[in-house]
Amino acid sequence: MQRITIDPITRLEGHGKIEIFLNEQGNVTNTYFQIPELRGFERFCVGRPVEEMPLLTNRICGVCPEAHHMAAAKATDAVYHVEVPRTGKMLRELLYSAFYCTDHTTHFYALGGPDFIMGPDAPVAERNILGVIHKVGLEIGGKVIQMRKYGHTVVEIIGGRKVHPCTSIPGGLTKGINEEQRKEIEQMGRWAIEFAQFTLKAFNDIVLSNKTYLDLIVGDIYTHKTYYMGLVDENNKVNFYDGKVRVVAPDGKEYVKYEPKDYAANIAEHVEPWTYLKFPYLKNVGWKGFVDGPDSGVYMATPLSRLNAADGMATPLAQAEYEKFYSTLGGKPVHQRLAIHWARLIELLYAAERWVELVTDPEITSPNFHAIPTATPTEGVGIVEAPRGTLTHHYWTDERGVVTRANLIVGTTNNYAPITMSIKKAADSLIKKGNVNEGLLNMVEMAFRAYDPCFGCATHSLPGQMPLEVTIYDADGNPVRVMKQFCS
Amino acid sequence: MTEETKPFEPVIIGFTCNWCSYRAADMAGTARMKYAPNVRLIRLMCSGRLDPTFVFKAFAGGADAVLISGCHPGDCHYVEQNYKAMRRFALMKRVLVQLGVEPGRLKLLWASAAEGAIFAAEINKFVEEVRALGPLNWSQPAEPVSTPIMEEVTA
Amino acid sequence: MSKPKFAMYWAASCGGCEIAVLNIHEKILDVDANFDVVFWPVAMDAKYKDVEAMEDGSILLTLWNGGIRNDENEHIAHLLRKKSKILVAFGSCACEGCIPGLANFSPIKEVLDTAFTTLTTDNPENIRPQPSYAMPEGTITIPTLYPVLRTLDQVVDVDYYMPGCPPESHQIAAVIDLVIQVLQGKAELPPKGATIGAGNSTVCDECPRKRNVKTIKEFGRIQLVHADPDLCLLEQGIPCNGPATRSGCNARCPSVGAQCIGCYGPAEGVVDYGARLISAFASVIDSNKPEEIDKILDGLVDPAGQFYRFNLAGSLLRSSKFAQKG
Repeated sequence: MQRITIDPITRLEGHGKIEIFLNEQGNVTNTYFQIPELRGFERFCVGRPVEEMPLLTNRICGVCPEAHHMAAAKATDAVYHVEVPRTGKMLRELLYSAFYCTDHTTHFYALGGPDFIMGPDAPVAERNILGVIHKVGLEIGGKVIQMRKYGHTVVEIIGGRKVHPCTSIPGGLTKGINEEQRKEIEQMGRWAIEFAQFTLKAFNDIVLSNKTYLDLIVGDIYTHKTYYMGLVDENNKVNFYDGKVRVVAPDGKEYVKYEPKDYAANIAEHVEPWTYLKFPYLKNVGWKGFVDGPDSGVYMATPLSRLNAADGMATPLAQAEYEKFYSTLGGKPVHQRLAIHWARLIELLYAAERWVELVTDPEITSPNFHAIPTATPTEGVGIVEAPRGTLTHHYWTDERGVVTRANLIVGTTNNYAPITMSIKKAADSLIKKGNVNEGLLNMVEMAFRAYDPCFGCATHSLPGQMPLEVTIYDADGNPVRVMKQFCS
Repeated sequence: MTEETKPFEPVIIGFTCNWCSYRAADMAGTARMKYAPNVRLIRLMCSGRLDPTFVFKAFAGGADAVLISGCHPGDCHYVEQNYKAMRRFALMKRVLVQLGVEPGRLKLLWASAAEGAIFAAEINKFVEEVRALGPLNWSQPAEPVSTPIMEEVTA
Repeated sequence: MSKPKFAMYWAASCGGCEIAVLNIHEKILDVDANFDVVFWPVAMDAKYKDVEAMEDGSILLTLWNGGIRNDENEHIAHLLRKKSKILVAFGSCACEGCIPGLANFSPIKEVLDTAFTTLTTDNPENIRPQPSYAMPEGTITIPTLYPVLRTLDQVVDVDYYMPGCPPESHQIAAVIDLVIQVLQGKAELPPKGATIGAGNSTVCDECPRKRNVKTIKEFGRIQLVHADPDLCLLEQGIPCNGPATRSGCNARCPSVGAQCIGCYGPAEGVVDYGARLISAFASVIDSNKPEEIDKILDGLVDPAGQFYRFNLAGSLLRSSKFAQKG
């Protein structure tokens, strides 16, 4: 029995580890993707006043604290049975839309995009943001920095800080915005729309117009036919901040649509003893192992999932891109994981349009951004779409509003099983008869990278590769070959 | 008498104020009143000088209990500062309970300079209460948890 | 001549410190121009083996964020200490434990039990993750958790501390400028053990709100009032940790109506952050009667969490007694 250990996978929140086992013929028998970290939020949030949850859960992830902040804020609203005034909801969603633009931009240009823009067989040294700049233009680097700056400026104006916002409280926010701030946010939002369109055009010119890349995207190696999950508004259009959770089956038909408060009737988390993270699956379909298909409860939650689960985008420019996306890839639903990169850009455009829509609403500067809760706090669920997947926060409190219990199902966690399956499929397809080559390393990275696992496992460094070290052991456990990629 | 049968001797740090409670202790001493030797006294000018840091340092450093003692309310040599001690004591106790320190390990005692006998009696009582609670043994575990934390598992 | 080497590493943290560094925007090019980034798992590809192969002390500057939660974290802490000339505890997690340090209220067994028996967890055999587990194909491992989360200086010698959750980007930019000046011989490093990238006073000093003598008759909750935007929050009964928290953040949170939660750690000269806050809060309670004091204190529903929110692991007591039992 041979064994390939890839350790650590860096660029995940914390660390990850992959073990690939081969049989005597040198073909893959099994793959394990292990998460070696646990901090214990569900335990140590107990005893804390529930209004601290948007602040404490920020620290689950410093890349997407805005997602936790919003899910927590909505959960605390539910705990207090308080309706946030329209201006408060809009301010939160405005902050959230600007954050989405920043986050999706970072992933596409510096993390996952270089694979496409440069190509999977481009020289390793070019497969990174610098290579992108050389290929697409020097001004691109400046634009990416600008987009990140603008997005974080909006987060700071409405949320108080660039990282770990602090203004959401049960019932709304601690502050609103004035006309001067509104104008600044609008100007940045309009720029963001242009930037999103520029990015989609770049994707079209470089990726979609290139047959090799297109073949890679639609090929079978990165395809899994799973269920897909995303939040939708009352028109079944994608919404990041609010709505109902909709799940469609591998054939694209709606499987279930549930309110946030009913999540526990629909989702369960499978446990394995070799990892600290659990594997969510659709409870009523059942856990059948790391397999896809309509009889397996494994589901995916990513930008692609959101597009699959919805009937369209709520803003016109994004909707046009949505239609083009599906007509290019042969209709709904799309199962090819590399198409997540494209779906992510359509979301970038929607987020920018939504940003401008919200900031130009006449009530956005209203001082009515907080409703004081009057009911006794009890229990509540808040769900938003984190960039990486559906994010669920559920709190129980005592009558003083002190947390007595918490349950969190976090964005990337939804995808733990699908990522494991994607890695295995890539490994299965590439490792035959014990031949492990450079191609394996990159293709495994690409399977992993499309999901943008938390801090973007997709990130490359300037040299353009994830550090992978592959050690092959013979049947007696002696290392016979060590291959390194970008390790000295 | 073997090690196991020797009764546990609490280590208690006592913060006393210069004008009242320390003098009460002094008075007990000069009157040769016998009382438990477990309390190590530290003299502050006023109970209002008690920084909660001292209490936490005492517990972290191995004390099984802490005594804070000052002038009776209304009689503070510096007028009102023993009320600050009262409030700090109340808040400290709540925090310590959350940190797993039994409330019986932190005591506030008012004693005037003339109350040597009362002071001695209260100390004896406190020592027995802490003896019943057992040692606190505040520790800083640094080894990984090596025992498998698992009920029965089938592979 | 080769550029001095730079490294940044994360242990039990959230990635916010990395984002804060990226949020220095164009200034990241100054880092690139002046340093050779040799190890930064989030952004580039060197591995532990590469660090092991480096000469001791060959990395000039290492920024470490994250607390020591498991044996892998500790192992890498010792490794990077050996290989680095200057090791900075970067961010609240490394300096004082930060939010993951809240786990120190509970025994680690309870932390695991909670995670593996949640409402939606399907775990009929009551499995817990095992540091080492035999699968049919072979034995696979994950790090072992420590019973108590520790700060960086509780396991290795630390040269400087940079507080904040995360450190504000303008502070990071200032520190980078200082280091570059030191490299060019134009400035001197501060004395070892110093706190850098932050102020020497408290958040109250930077806070724009008006302050008067505080006399608290009742502690409130921020969501249950519409607080006066110009008046000190603590004065209005909203528990704010400004009085003991180090300045340097421009009092961002109180400026936008949110109470200071203390993410910049203890102010200069504070030995135990929570103890200092206990003193401050107790001092402003407006009562001398024990029953009334108790009633006022009932308004603080989580005093230990309020006063040790970011600082438990770095405090004198470091954890609850419950956590020490393992």
